[in-house]
Amino acid sequence: MAITLSGDQAIPGPPLSSRLTPAQVWGIVLLAPYLLVFLAFVVYPVCYGLWLARAPANYVALYNDPIFARAAVNTLIFLVIGINIKMLIALFLSGFFAVQRPWIKWLSVIFILPWAVPSIPTILSVRFMLNPEWGMINHFIFSFTGDDGPNWLNDPTVALSMAIAVHIWKSLPFWTLILITGRLAISHDLFEAAEVDGASWWQKFRYITWPSMQTLYVTCTLLSMIWTLGDFNSVYLLTGGGPADLTHVLSTLGIRYLRLDQLSLAMASIVCAMPFVLPLVYFMMKRLSR
Amino acid sequence: MKIPSLREVGTEARLLLIGIPVFLWTMIPIYHMFLFAISPKEDAFSGKLWPDHPTLHNFEIVFKQQHYFLRDFYVQFWNSVVIAASVGVLTLFIATAAAFSISRLKVPGGRVVLNLALFTYFIPAAFLAVPMYRTMGNYGLLNNHWSLILAMVTIASPYAIWVLKQASDKLPVELDEAAVMDGATTLQIFRLVYLPLMMPSLVAIGTYAVLLAWNEYLYAFLLLSNDREITLPVALGNFLAADDSPWELLMTTGFIYALPPAAVYYAFRRYMVGGLTAGAVKS
Repeated sequence: MAITLSGDQAIPGPPLSSRLTPAQVWGIVLLAPYLLVFLAFVVYPVCYGLWLARAPANYVALYNDPIFARAAVNTLIFLVIGINIKMLIALFLSGFFAVQRPWIKWLSVIFILPWAVPSIPTILSVRFMLNPEWGMINHFIFSFTGDDGPNWLNDPTVALSMAIAVHIWKSLPFWTLILITGRLAISHDLFEAAEVDGASWWQKFRYITWPSMQTLYVTCTLLSMIWTLGDFNSVYLLTGGGPADLTHVLSTLGIRYLRLDQLSLAMASIVCAMPFVLPLVYFMMKRLSR
Repeated sequence: MKIPSLREVGTEARLLLIGIPVFLWTMIPIYHMFLFAISPKEDAFSGKLWPDHPTLHNFEIVFKQQHYFLRDFYVQFWNSVVIAASVGVLTLFIATAAAFSISRLKVPGGRVVLNLALFTYFIPAAFLAVPMYRTMGNYGLLNNHWSLILAMVTIASPYAIWVLKQASDKLPVELDEAAVMDGATTLQIFRLVYLPLMMPSLVAIGTYAVLLAWNEYLYAFLLLSNDREITLPVALGNFLAADDSPWELLMTTGFIYALPPAAVYYAFRRYMVGGLTAGAVKS
């Protein structure tokens, strides 16, 4: 035993344990659980997935798949239009909820509900409301106009808009809450001074609120865009990607390929999104680890 | 009583003009779910705003498992509870240890690990789901609760580590130094000084991890498929498999499923808003 050990240890020098303080040894021990999880469930899957998606034939197949092109466009619409509408509403509502009134305080407690309850039952609830025959919305349209309402989820444009609306319904409270904290951090003296000078509502927003909130607002918008890329539920549970696979976004498309047992295509579609995701992630990391 | 001026009435009216649509927008999908839960099937499908004969019969069917889709209701509910609790405990353990190591012990390479964790946090979870599914297959964990628990711990830990690391950085270094002077070992500092001071953040992170796991749909439906292994959200999604789904039962089950997280959220709201929003976005 002793002989084999001395033979193996060709490099002389103090053993690792004596170069580290006991605190550092503990540091490594305590960091180990996370490192193990990270290696086993992030590094290995990602490398394995990239290896599966290595063949150029996958990208040719994706390029020729009209559903992929459609999903890419849908994702862009979802991000560029959906998120900006959501953040503008959140910015507007953050001003509304900053007004001091007892009933607005109560409303803000209720307003959090969509974020606090799980998305599956509420999205399915909306799905039934939009049912052309039995849904509440078309019942209303019928009782007011006497005409049958539209077949909401059967038109790809309307269906995608509804998915965006569901997404906004779910995540608006979270972003409004964050923008409220940003707004409350602005010194009240500034507004009082502006009031004395007779500034209009728009001037107060343009010269006080916006300058102090724009960094936060842009950070929130970018972060929301990254996260919305992974919003699977709003589309999958509302439209299921239909009609005719026209409302897929990248996250549901990956799962669709997976279910069709085309794992390499699923990975390839994700790899295609990376040139857009990684710069955003890089930018966010720079911002947050300052 | 003071008579309000015209200007005040105008302001109040404008606020109401925003407040009422916000209220309706927020409540309609939730009210619709509740309405279905207390309606017999014929009332639910007739588009009434309040059923002619409100009833708790749907709840009775769910609790007695008297429907094909509900025959494993209790097992599935229990699966959700066990998985959410395990994710909460494991995430807290892993993230607290890592945050202590990085922030207090200044372990070499800690900064790199933190950045890797942050990077994982920003990669959308739905993108990681595809390779994760295949990996769990390779590990032989598919259809096993551990697959979902480990996947959710992987997703919850980065944010947990990050928030806990930020909170640890705010504790004064003198505390550790004083404890070391008194002859405390590293583990004693961790247990007797660090953990008690971190309690509010630990509550927030524990709640975050539990809710994340309880609400998860995508990973649960990819990784678990056996009827007696799946969690409640997957069971809810399975209702859609039939053309003539019993929507009133689906909404009742969904309502029961939504109650615990809503209750937890409101109970811990103080911690959630403070701990999570401060961490989520630093301006």
